[in-house]
Amino acid sequence: MNILRVLMLVGLLLAPLAVHAANLADADLAKLTSGLAGDGFDDKIAAIDALGTSGDARAVAILKALADGKLAATETKQILVEGSAGHFADAVTGSPVAPAADPVRIRVNNRLRGQIDVALSRLTLYSADPADRLSAATEALHRPSLDAVPALDKALATEKDKGVAAALKLARAAALLQSPDAAQRLASVNELAASTDSQVRGLLGELVGGHESDPKVIAAAKTALAKIERQLAYIEIGINLFQGLSLGSVLLLAAIGLAVTFGVMGVINMAHGEMIMLGAYTTFVVQELFRSFLPASLFDFYLVVSVPAAFLVAGAMGVALERTIIRFLYGRPLETLLATWGISLMLQQLVRSIFGAPNKEVANPSWMTGGFQIMGGFTVTWNRLVIIAFGFVVLGLLVLVLRKTNLGLHMRAVTQNRKMAAIMGIPTDRVDALTFGLGSGIAGMAGVALSQIGNVSPNLGTIYIIDSFMVVVFGGVGSLVGTLAGAMGLGVVNKFLEPFAGAVLGKILVLVAIIIFIQFRPRGLFALKGRSAEA
Amino acid sequence: MQRTPLLGRTGWLVFLASALVAVVLIPLLATVPAPGSAFRIPAYLVPLFGKYLCYAILALALDLIWGYAGILSLGHGAFFALGGYAMGMYLMRQIGTRGVYGDPILPDFMVFLNWRDLPLPWWGFGNFAYAAFMALAVPGVLAAAFGWFAFRSRVTGVYLSIITQAMTYALLLAFFRNDMGFGGNNGLTDFKEILGYDIQAPSTRIGLYVVTAVALGLAFLICRFVVTTRFGRLLLAVRDAESRVRFLGYSTTGAKLFVFVLSALLCGLAGALYVPQVGIINPGEFQPGNSIEVAIWVAVGGRGTLVGAILGALVVNFIKTWLTGAAPELWLFALGALFIIVTLAMPQGILGLAARLKRWRRLSSVPVGVEETAHD
Repeated sequence: MNILRVLMLVGLLLAPLAVHAANLADADLAKLTSGLAGDGFDDKIAAIDALGTSGDARAVAILKALADGKLAATETKQILVEGSAGHFADAVTGSPVAPAADPVRIRVNNRLRGQIDVALSRLTLYSADPADRLSAATEALHRPSLDAVPALDKALATEKDKGVAAALKLARAAALLQSPDAAQRLASVNELAASTDSQVRGLLGELVGGHESDPKVIAAAKTALAKIERQLAYIEIGINLFQGLSLGSVLLLAAIGLAVTFGVMGVINMAHGEMIMLGAYTTFVVQELFRSFLPASLFDFYLVVSVPAAFLVAGAMGVALERTIIRFLYGRPLETLLATWGISLMLQQLVRSIFGAPNKEVANPSWMTGGFQIMGGFTVTWNRLVIIAFGFVVLGLLVLVLRKTNLGLHMRAVTQNRKMAAIMGIPTDRVDALTFGLGSGIAGMAGVALSQIGNVSPNLGTIYIIDSFMVVVFGGVGSLVGTLAGAMGLGVVNKFLEPFAGAVLGKILVLVAIIIFIQFRPRGLFALKGRSAEA
Repeated sequence: MQRTPLLGRTGWLVFLASALVAVVLIPLLATVPAPGSAFRIPAYLVPLFGKYLCYAILALALDLIWGYAGILSLGHGAFFALGGYAMGMYLMRQIGTRGVYGDPILPDFMVFLNWRDLPLPWWGFGNFAYAAFMALAVPGVLAAAFGWFAFRSRVTGVYLSIITQAMTYALLLAFFRNDMGFGGNNGLTDFKEILGYDIQAPSTRIGLYVVTAVALGLAFLICRFVVTTRFGRLLLAVRDAESRVRFLGYSTTGAKLFVFVLSALLCGLAGALYVPQVGIINPGEFQPGNSIEVAIWVAVGGRGTLVGAILGALVVNFIKTWLTGAAPELWLFALGALFIIVTLAMPQGILGLAARLKRWRRLSSVPVGVEETAHD
């Protein structure tokens, strides 16, 4: 174990590949490092700072070892890293050393630790990974200090990535706000006005609030602040809108299946949530099958296979339930409600018995991880975007099935006038079973999507059942446009309420609003008109 | 038109016999025989019986509106929980300085949240009469407001069921919040005494049980009275053909509202009796699932019979206690199966099954039997 550690450490020390800025010669680095053996803490701090601005990748490992209390100094001020007890290696070159006398351990206190953190984050400015550099630049922006300016300058000189360079410039401007030169501060303020970072807003706010004496700088800061506020307001609207659409698409997916079983067939299907859950567990099973039987390179496609698999599993379950239980309950809505509730309890317990009660982990395929930034602080993640698109695709497919296929024609005929449809030779029994299967299958596909953004547990369905009913009832029973409008409307309203009311209170307000809304439009937003409305 | 009697002769006999068993025999068996004797009812069973009886009141309340007026509320657990919270608040105030933090005024969780003063909704809950009044008034007022809106705009059937569920769900979310000031997630618990009696003492528990049994008896008689009057007939008519009743000139809104509020009051009463016996009230009582379970108690016993509701609540909960102890993983299967079997195979519940059996036997023994017209 300890040998391994030494090896790792040595590996780290010898990892010049990870170096972005030019490395120092061994001797120069050794000279800088030897300062750590200085007598007072001030000497040590100076050495840490020097290492921090050196831009040498080996300095990272040295500073980390220092923070862990693994550095020791010989009498000649050679700095050693202790691997396992009593085994030492040179901190700079990594070659094993057998010291003559016991080396003196270099002690660290909290003040030094703070300094080490700063130095480490500065060193990250030269990391090979642009994402690391970006986060280091952001870190520098959030902890502005004049001391950081040389390091930032140095990083800027070699930075090729545009995004990172912009972040570095911002951090530099923020640091220069502390400059004693008023003209310099003015220039900084003007540069910062382009930012949309809430941290910058805070800095400028402090400036306006009394940290600044120069009236010109104050005036510029006020203009900059106003500009930033405006930008941030837009961004917030954008974020809320996107998150609202994202929540709306989740609600839409959860509710589309119900729009078929409840909306078109009139079956109060309390087991709808469990169909979603079955879909999510199907995704889990498909994932595990891919993991065990197929090469890792194909793993990313498991989700593509999961969608039809979930549709089939949940759909088959739906057909089975319709044939054995639900068909005996047509025309008795309250009894249907109770029986389907019973089905939902049994399905939950069944899944719990098979898979166990704890949550199952379903991984995002690589093409759904990450995201891209539209503006400062407004990031669109791929999985949310895919789910929004998936929601619309599923809705579109359902509309196609209902409007353009024979099955859809039969479904609409049976729901509008069962007897007449039967007289025309439509096998109403089979249509009932298929319609219920279709609705359940769509719920299963929703489960695939939901497994990507939340936990897969036996109670997954209970989370969505009330929301699904709210969406369908709010939108108007039997109207797919209503379901779409209801889901998106509720999603967006919920997200816009959240900043003011908090997540839970926002949800309560939405529920109360729907309850009141139903009083005034008992048939929902898009009520069916004409004869079928009285059914 | 002759008024239906409150109870028939057999009815009164059964009622008095059950009352005798519940109010006299069980308390006697819990105290008189020596501990360990075969006749002795162990101390832990008394609050359990009390709990069952509270559920029976709840089922009675639901049967009154579902069985007689056709309103299937799936949010009755909310009224029950609100009554329970009112009683819980009184019991919290009785803890006084015996709490963990020893604050004479503030309950422990408020001290924990660094609150200085007692929030307004808690004022007056040190007084039992006020708390008891609120245990009925809060569910009653909520039911009146909710029902007035819903019935006035003629939200019926499944829609009503769904929005009552949304109501209890909203309350569930609200009571989970710490800022609501009702103990958040943990709810109210750790009670010490009620009206000066130690809440853990066996004598207090028997007392509470007897009070619950009496309350159940009275609640039954009240419901029975309501459904046997002309008003009860109106309710049945509303259940079977609401539009027709409205066209005949009756105000169905008023009738439904009255019976809905009465039902909520009974739920509040049940909740208030429930909390001191189980020793805790938390937001879990607002779970929509709980309210749906009440419907199955009523369905199992036989809806629209009142007696069936009581019977169903007792039977299902007895099975639940037994199964969750013997084979916990089977309970949800059993409950789920019960929902399905009852709705598919025995829509009239246990009582309906018994009546069918009786009729069938009479028909087979007396060839020219004259069938009695069922009064429901």
